Amino acid sequence: MLRHLMTVLMLVFLTLPAAVRSQEAEAPPIDRSATGGAQTLEDILRRQNGEPVDDMFRREAIGGDAVTAPGLGPLGGASDPELWRALRYNEADVTTSTRGDLGKVLVQDGGMRWYEVRRGPLVTYGGWLLLGTIAVLAVFFLLRGRVRIEGEQTGRTVTRFQAFERFSHWLVAGSFVLLGVTGLVTLMGRMFIAPYLGLEANATLLTISKLIHNNVAWAFMLGLILVFVLWVWHNIPNRLDLVWISQAGGIIGNKHPPAKKFNAGQKLVFWSVIILGASLSVSGLSLLFPFEMPLFAKTFGILNDMGAPGWFGMAPLPASLAPQEEMQLAQLWHAIVAFVMMAIILGHIYIGTLGMEGAFDAMGSGEVDEAWAHQHHSIWLKEVKAEEKSPASDATPAE
Amino acid sequence: MKSMLTAFVAIAVIGVGAHFALQEVGFSAQEVFSGPSVRLD
Repeated sequence: MLRHLMTVLMLVFLTLPAAVRSQEAEAPPIDRSATGGAQTLEDILRRQNGEPVDDMFRREAIGGDAVTAPGLGPLGGASDPELWRALRYNEADVTTSTRGDLGKVLVQDGGMRWYEVRRGPLVTYGGWLLLGTIAVLAVFFLLRGRVRIEGEQTGRTVTRFQAFERFSHWLVAGSFVLLGVTGLVTLMGRMFIAPYLGLEANATLLTISKLIHNNVAWAFMLGLILVFVLWVWHNIPNRLDLVWISQAGGIIGNKHPPAKKFNAGQKLVFWSVIILGASLSVSGLSLLFPFEMPLFAKTFGILNDMGAPGWFGMAPLPASLAPQEEMQLAQLWHAIVAFVMMAIILGHIYIGTLGMEGAFDAMGSGEVDEAWAHQHHSIWLKEVKAEEKSPASDATPAE
Repeated sequence: MKSMLTAFVAIAVIGVGAHFALQEVGFSAQEVFSGPSVRLD
């Protein structure tokens, strides 16, 4: 199930750059006759410009065997450059003392791509996503102000969330905030903290962040399971959600659309947290136990079998990855999903605290004023009231 | 607010517990990725 969810999410993210790329005109093939089939200036220029380069002329130039190329030196049919190319493209017959796939990868140039994506677009777009979300929320607050409880509060309260529900919520929330902060420090510390506090202080901060991140992850996963079990039934979409969405939940304007225990906005947050949180957990486990849980080659294989890359004019995804590449992709995926989830949670935190009067009480004390409940969850309030009045609730259980 | 504070305490307990439990069962990074041929140990 999780793998399927990962597949869908991954597809969405992978198709965005691919869709752009497919629109670009394909570059004409390079004439390498002047260099005898070796690299040309055009190859170098294209690579430096970040244009796609078909490197098959190098990938396949790994020497022949002694039969077809007799009379060569002690390396047989392969020259030194050919041997290095074979190592680079994992084509060499390598024997190592570690006897594992990991040790057999002597050159892994994907590491450079990972490093550049990590310190470039990942930090840039991820950082701007968070800052942009905060800015949008600030502007929205200035324009809309706080969603107030209309009229007088009744003074009568109703239990919105039981103690265990609140515990589970805070287990996820508290651990997510810790994971978010330590994750950002790990990703951005070298760029934004080290220049000011020094490399030593940054290294200490990173060590502490890693310790917290790796171990608090378990509380997050436990909390995620708990909130899923507790609330999944209340978060099944229904027709009322369309009414809620059509009235923008009353957040824009002054209407109070009817809602059960959770409105459409809360359902969106719930499913975002469950799906993105599950994806974060799976990629996080893959990172927690390096090389033990490779995810991507198999997922790419499934996507290729479905023909998914072809829908977007893409070449098949690599279904064979070096163990190190698996970890690099897991790290990038983990961070991308985390950024998206952080942006969503920023919105959730806003509406649960500053954005709406009385909302925090639901998760703070668990008790909300009936006026608040009537305005934001009118059907749920009726259900609770009906339950209180029903004879079954007055019955004393036999002990 | 008791539930919130209890959850925060639980996060700390689970985190510390996980740290020592993983060390105990031999899943520390050092144990997993080290061996007699690693000279830096």
